[in-house]
Amino acid sequence: MQQNTVSPATQGRTKFIIGGLLIIAAIVYLIVSSTQASTQYFLTVEELVNRPEMANRDVRVSGVVLGDTIQYDADTLDLRFTVASIPADQKDIDAQGGLALVLHNAALDSSLPRIPVIYNGVMPDLLKNEAQAIMTGQMDDNGVFHAEELLLKCPTRYEEAVPEQANTSN
Amino acid sequence: MIENIGTGALYLSLLVSLYGIGAAAYGTWQQHKGRPAHAWIESSRRAMLLTFPLISAAALSLIALLVSGSYNVQYVYNTTSDAMPLYLKITALWGGQSGSLLFWSWLMSAFASAVTLRKWERDREFLPWVVLVSLVTLAFFLMLSVFFENPFVRFWQTIDGRQVVALLQPAGATPIQPVDGRGLNPLLRHPGMVFHPPMLYLGFVSFIIPYAFAIAALVTKRVDDRWIRITRRWTLVAWLFLSLGLVLGSRWAYDVLGWGGYWGWDPVEIAAFMPWLAGTAFLHSVMIQEKRGLFKRWNMILIIITYDLVIFGTFLTRSGVLSSVHAFAQSAIGPLFFGFIGLTLVASLALLLWRWNDLRSEGQLNSLLSRESLFLVNNLLFMGILAVCFWGVIYPLISELVTGQQVTVGPPFYERATGPLFAALIFLMGVAPLSAWGHSTWKTLGKAIWKPFIVSLIIITVIIIKGMRNPAALLAFWLVALTTSVTLYEYGHGVLARRRRTGESIPVALWNLAARNRRRYGGYIIHLGVVLMALGVVGIEMFQSETQGTIRVGESLSLGGYTITYKDLAVFDTNDQRNVARAVVAVQKNGRPIGELYPRRDFFYDSQQPMTIPGVRSTMEDDLYVLLVDWEAISSESATFKIYHNPLVNWLWLGGLVFIIGTLVAALPDKEHQPQKAQYPAALKTAAS
Repeated sequence: MQQNTVSPATQGRTKFIIGGLLIIAAIVYLIVSSTQASTQYFLTVEELVNRPEMANRDVRVSGVVLGDTIQYDADTLDLRFTVASIPADQKDIDAQGGLALVLHNAALDSSLPRIPVIYNGVMPDLLKNEAQAIMTGQMDDNGVFHAEELLLKCPTRYEEAVPEQANTSN
Repeated sequence: MIENIGTGALYLSLLVSLYGIGAAAYGTWQQHKGRPAHAWIESSRRAMLLTFPLISAAALSLIALLVSGSYNVQYVYNTTSDAMPLYLKITALWGGQSGSLLFWSWLMSAFASAVTLRKWERDREFLPWVVLVSLVTLAFFLMLSVFFENPFVRFWQTIDGRQVVALLQPAGATPIQPVDGRGLNPLLRHPGMVFHPPMLYLGFVSFIIPYAFAIAALVTKRVDDRWIRITRRWTLVAWLFLSLGLVLGSRWAYDVLGWGGYWGWDPVEIAAFMPWLAGTAFLHSVMIQEKRGLFKRWNMILIIITYDLVIFGTFLTRSGVLSSVHAFAQSAIGPLFFGFIGLTLVASLALLLWRWNDLRSEGQLNSLLSRESLFLVNNLLFMGILAVCFWGVIYPLISELVTGQQVTVGPPFYERATGPLFAALIFLMGVAPLSAWGHSTWKTLGKAIWKPFIVSLIIITVIIIKGMRNPAALLAFWLVALTTSVTLYEYGHGVLARRRRTGESIPVALWNLAARNRRRYGGYIIHLGVVLMALGVVGIEMFQSETQGTIRVGESLSLGGYTITYKDLAVFDTNDQRNVARAVVAVQKNGRPIGELYPRRDFFYDSQQPMTIPGVRSTMEDDLYVLLVDWEAISSESATFKIYHNPLVNWLWLGGLVFIIGTLVAALPDKEHQPQKAQYPAALKTAAS
């Protein structure tokens, strides 16, 4: 309407553009700096073992839990177990028959790289043989992974094609 | 038999939806050419109405199968077992992927049908487009159910002995009838399961209604604020359900996840939080369009983003792209979701660009401190938090595409990036209600705010004198104090003014004040709820402490002024197939006995999985949260406990309740005000011209 005739309007607009840009710049700064400060590499056990530069820094690792190795000291809440390498790429997992099968096979395959894990805390309800463990923490110089955060998934439970009991009931 | 009824109803509902889309499209095309098209449009409306009974039949069939334990159906086998109580068997409808997609469609058809039943006289031209947009969305979900995630597929044994999963009986095959099901994931066997997922889904689907009206407004070029006024209530209802879903999910996590957590920045939580953020920005920003005719394009963008975030949220929860404790369902429907999101986003934005010049603002922003400018800042902050969340979710995907290296960002990223933005929002909540529309200066704002400001300073001084020294916590408490005093001050101001004018008593004045301007005073209650929630968050984030230890019967552990003494432990089987270990601990506070807690661990035989249930003593001051970690199997002479002390966390739930009440107040009909409002803008326009 009067955009090109009166200068106060333009002046008013500049004020808003500067204010808006300042807020946007602050948001961008927050995102960029927080990304830099808290990005973690997500590695497979195999990568962690073969890339020494990843030792002693915060990383996230995914592997399959070997049930026989689970040891829990209830006095100190020290939890120890070993995980074996599984592929990280969803395509590789699908190609090998899905997560449940990949976990099952990886737990049996002794040729895969394995690492011992130490975690201090309450024993998670889902920790058991062939569960997928997603851990955040650091690997020390002796090759032991010190997990600060431990997340577990048991995919077999939720969606399975054919029931096991079906064999016996028919 | 029931499976076939369900399948048939599902197929029919998809056909009816597709017919409705065709009828609506053909009808509007005829209308465009100036031919009579009422019959076609009416037919599409009825198609919309018909989807509800059809999908109800499908959903009720599935519920019947779940309740009757028809384990021949794969979905029933995977989500229920004989030992589960009836209410959990029913809730298993949304306990797995294919069931929850059907449930989604069911709610969607209920809402869309309800909309088509409204009085359309003034808005005839919107009708076919609202039907079209709703039906396209519905048809997409029905198509997923019919072709990819059919909940009615069954187990069969073929003649050559193979076991297959199929919808229809393969030739010569016999059905396999498992004796019992696998049961629902124990983490989901909680009363929270009854309310949390349906609330989220209701919130999700009801945001589709305002989106449908927005698209209808764009197409029909009726770009005044009519679409916003029609959908105001829908938006509030959507927002109410979504907020309720988030709060209930948070409470559920606190009760079952075993570490006193309420929010973990899990991708799935974020997936539900993102549409809430966009929707909240939208709720605020439409008020500016109604009052001042500004931000028309921006509001369109916001509702489009909200809609696609709703679909994206369903996609994230349902596709398993991201590792998450919530992603118990994985399947191949991801690419379809991406395609649908991409298509609707591009189509909506193209439509918006086409109408870009028709959506010019009727005025302009004058003063940096005016109410509308502060609303704009509010929008930028909400969008900022949304950007942080979105970036956190997609950055790992982008990084992998670009560098081939998988990376993640965890809760520290979100906390660091959103913390200042949340603080700024709370500050804004304190200041904005006191700024004036149109023109506002430091002087007028200062004049309005100095009393509550002084009150907040007094409160913070008291907190410092009481020994609090943590600067971040002090800042947070000050923000909470400021916003609370401003909000109460606004209420007090309004009530006293009304009392002077009408001579009503204070409660009556309070009631009438809120009734005359529900959105404003409901909004203030919501703000109050948010600051109370902030208090709880500050308490648990900054002052949570924990301890653990193995103690013998009669021995104690102490934390945060509490002492727990191990008294007894019993291990027993229940008749719903659990093995329960239940400890009894006596609790003392500052040496005074205050009762007992019963932390336990349940082992579910059917799914072979334990579940830890905390013993919690909850007061407004703090929560004592005791977990039973381990025990001596036979003698139960000693047991291991982990204890959390969570100060102020109850304010989070109280705040959530206040928040919901505020939303209800805002959503109730604004009767007294309605007729005036219709005349007001017209009068204003004549005065202005």
